[in-house]
Amino acid sequence: MTDPGEERTTAAVRPYVITRGRAGSSRDALPLETLVKASGSRLPPALQPEYRRIVRCCQGLLSVAEVAAHLGQPPAVVQVLLADLIDWGHIVARPPIRVAERADMDLLRKVLDGLESKL
Amino acid sequence: MGLKASSEISMPYTDGVDDNMDDTHGMNGTDGIGYIDDMDDATVMYVQPSVSGAAKILVVGPMGVGKTTLIGTVSEIKPLSTEATMSRAGARIDMPVRPTKSTTTVALDFGRITLGGELVLYLFGTPGQQRFLPAWKDLARGALGALALVDTRDLEASFDAIGHLEDLDVPFSVAVNSFPDSVLHSEDDLRSALDLLPHTPLVICDAREHASSVKALISLVSHLIESVTEAT
Repeated sequence: MTDPGEERTTAAVRPYVITRGRAGSSRDALPLETLVKASGSRLPPALQPEYRRIVRCCQGLLSVAEVAAHLGQPPAVVQVLLADLIDWGHIVARPPIRVAERADMDLLRKVLDGLESKL
Repeated sequence: MGLKASSEISMPYTDGVDDNMDDTHGMNGTDGIGYIDDMDDATVMYVQPSVSGAAKILVVGPMGVGKTTLIGTVSEIKPLSTEATMSRAGARIDMPVRPTKSTTTVALDFGRITLGGELVLYLFGTPGQQRFLPAWKDLARGALGALALVDTRDLEASFDAIGHLEDLDVPFSVAVNSFPDSVLHSEDDLRSALDLLPHTPLVICDAREHASSVKALISLVSHLIESVTEAT
């Protein structure tokens, strides 16, 4: 067992250390367009600063891509940290609307109507 | 050639961030990337709480064709930049010390449009050169379709992107981004040069103009709806 102090990261830790080497792991990565938001649950005091920054960034609804861009972190890292935060209940995700094998006509019509209203 | 270089630099439509894509780099070899700087909250524009879901469309094409310009023209947020990891990089991404080709990333510009208050559409600018294609797989998954941007002054530069959309079975529509010195081609000539199927839409657009860019996206979505209608 390692000294708990060793486990802690600082802001100067490289991203793939923060994820303890899990970036790009076999777990299905959250798609970049997944919308996420902080659940408002109380964060444990021991939560690492990298997780806290993500929760702070997610006070409103944002896509995974936006969280990564705002934090200046590779999406591969943010995807892993967000997945942890979702597991722990600190972040809630609205999965992207996917085009199933049979494309969703209702979705396409909404996109078309929405775009036409921008003209 | 000096002349060519300077004319490229002065092109107002050149994708600014695309230029960075030449600098693919091994992530493990990049210093300073580990800092998580405090973000500037003022720059975060949240998605409306009424939005219940997101969809995405890819904007593909070679460097300098106007992807970032088009995204910026239609996006409600200032386009953001992040990076895509090449799919196959996964297993080795955290191997220390040696940056290898398998850990390359590409810059990825994206924008966002809220539609009807309940849906948000993300547009991801995806570089078209052959060496970036491995990054496409994850991006293409779940995409409604793609808008392939073409510059008639260099049609060949678009071949990789269009070919890859066909390989990945991503439905697409072609938008010719017109530049002041673009040579005029007939639609038939363009179609045959690009080897397009008869039902693939081809529109002319100006990526700097909002209505023109939105219309290019509309041509894509109309095409997607037609394809679904035909299939059922």
